[in-house]
Amino acid sequence: MKEKTAEKILLIISFSAIISLLLITIFIFIQGVPLIFKVGLKNFFSTHWAPTKGYFGILSMIVGSLLVTIGALIIGVPLSLACSIFLAEFAPPPAQKILKPIIELLAGIPSVVYGFIGIVILIPLIRNTLGGSGFSVLSASIILGIMILPTIVSISYDSLVAVPQSYREGSYALGATKWQTVLMVLFPSARSGIIAAIILGMGRAIGETMAVIMIAGNALKIPGSVLDPVRTITSTIALELGYSTGDHRAALFACGTILFIIIVLLNIIAIKVASRE
Amino acid sequence: MKFRIGPRTSQIIAYIFLLVCTIFVIFILIFIIAFVFKNGFSSLTWEFLTQKTKEMGKEGGIFPSIIGTILVTLFAIVVATPLGLGSALYLTEYTRGGLVRRLISFGADCLAGVPSIIFGLFGFIFFVITLKLGWSIISGGLTLAVMILPTIIRTSEEAIKAVPKSYREISYSLGVGKIDTILKIVLPTAFPGILTGIILGIGRAVSETAAVIFTAGSSLNIPTSLFSSTRTLAVHFYILAREGISMPKAYGTAMVLIISILVINFIAYRLMHRFIARYY
Repeated sequence: MKEKTAEKILLIISFSAIISLLLITIFIFIQGVPLIFKVGLKNFFSTHWAPTKGYFGILSMIVGSLLVTIGALIIGVPLSLACSIFLAEFAPPPAQKILKPIIELLAGIPSVVYGFIGIVILIPLIRNTLGGSGFSVLSASIILGIMILPTIVSISYDSLVAVPQSYREGSYALGATKWQTVLMVLFPSARSGIIAAIILGMGRAIGETMAVIMIAGNALKIPGSVLDPVRTITSTIALELGYSTGDHRAALFACGTILFIIIVLLNIIAIKVASRE
Repeated sequence: MKFRIGPRTSQIIAYIFLLVCTIFVIFILIFIIAFVFKNGFSSLTWEFLTQKTKEMGKEGGIFPSIIGTILVTLFAIVVATPLGLGSALYLTEYTRGGLVRRLISFGADCLAGVPSIIFGLFGFIFFVITLKLGWSIISGGLTLAVMILPTIIRTSEEAIKAVPKSYREISYSLGVGKIDTILKIVLPTAFPGILTGIILGIGRAVSETAAVIFTAGSSLNIPTSLFSSTRTLAVHFYILAREGISMPKAYGTAMVLIISILVINFIAYRLMHRFIARYY
């Protein structure tokens, strides 16, 4: 009797995560989706955003989110892969032991701090060297690129270390150098872990809100160059939710719906890729 | 004749390139912390930590935000821990593969990837408006609880899995039932690992902004009940920095925030390490 009750209670509790996920999906979709159909897809996927006047075009924000995310990946991925390869394969064990935890500790720095560093260091730097206001696609990409470093380094390091030692020994026995072993043996073996790491980093970049608001400039048009300001889906939600009402608020939930769909797709891809190992 | 770089040379070039990248990555991350500390050090006084905030943050300290952060985080942990731990127990002790297991895992994995602004939107429409809890410590805490749930599930799951099978078998062979074995053998053994998950959850809750600003609000009063609106440290820092209210205060708040996160994560890391050393 006691056993049965305990099992039932635990079973109910164990659904808390999936129920939360369902509640989030339902509540955001119920608020957002009707508006998309009410105003029509043509209005919704245009570039004209003036929600108090009946224009709900979110195209420039979607483009904005994609641009800063791609920028972040261009900056963050090569650096973090290089760092994880070095730590996993080349660094002497004591250095590994110290540096890996340091990078993981740094993963906890709040995103607002990154945004703040963007304001006080990066933006003046870009303004003075490259021109423009400094609030730009470039600064947002750089800060997001730095923010995703710890995530990608840590996960791809783990998947490199997980490659069986015998693979390395086999490669060395054939006369391959360490670098050749990395390129031809370790990279292919750890591929799915590394791809999963990159997708998770991508999810972090596309979902980041506060840091981006602080440095991207938030102008409502598709940027013509990397020095132009940009506004992302997430920034729009956070900037306008506080004072929005009616259709305007519904439109922000519609933005949330689009963001949610993008993120869930990315997650499913990441889970699929990672479990292929 | 084609010019070729020998394997030894390319190895050296690769080594130097990777080394430079690694130094660069670590330099940037340490630089950020050092920069904040250098500029925040002079603001960080006892008065700053213990005084009320005056003139929207231009003057005074950050005491209300410290209290707000502690209350919201505590509420989140109190809600998320039983749910996360229970889920982890069911996953490890009661399921063997199958649909239920896959469903629970999928839920936790997906929830872990949901961006914080989505939690903010959800918390706002569900806790603040639909359940009429308003901008309050409860709304903020519940939103954060949902957000840190996957962290606690995953870490507790790993910790419980690490408890050797023989411990359970010995307990069963003495005639102890399953739930008593879990309560008296499995949980105490896995405790440090479970605690690690909770501490990591605390770290995430403390550093969160987007999910709490729309659920706990941004009141600067010292909360009087769980229904009071409050402003957490991360939110206070965001407002100080974005609206340029006071740079010295912003640096000081950032420093408090970073020190707490580093201490929290460091404790979690040490606990995890000791736990791993014992059972793997």
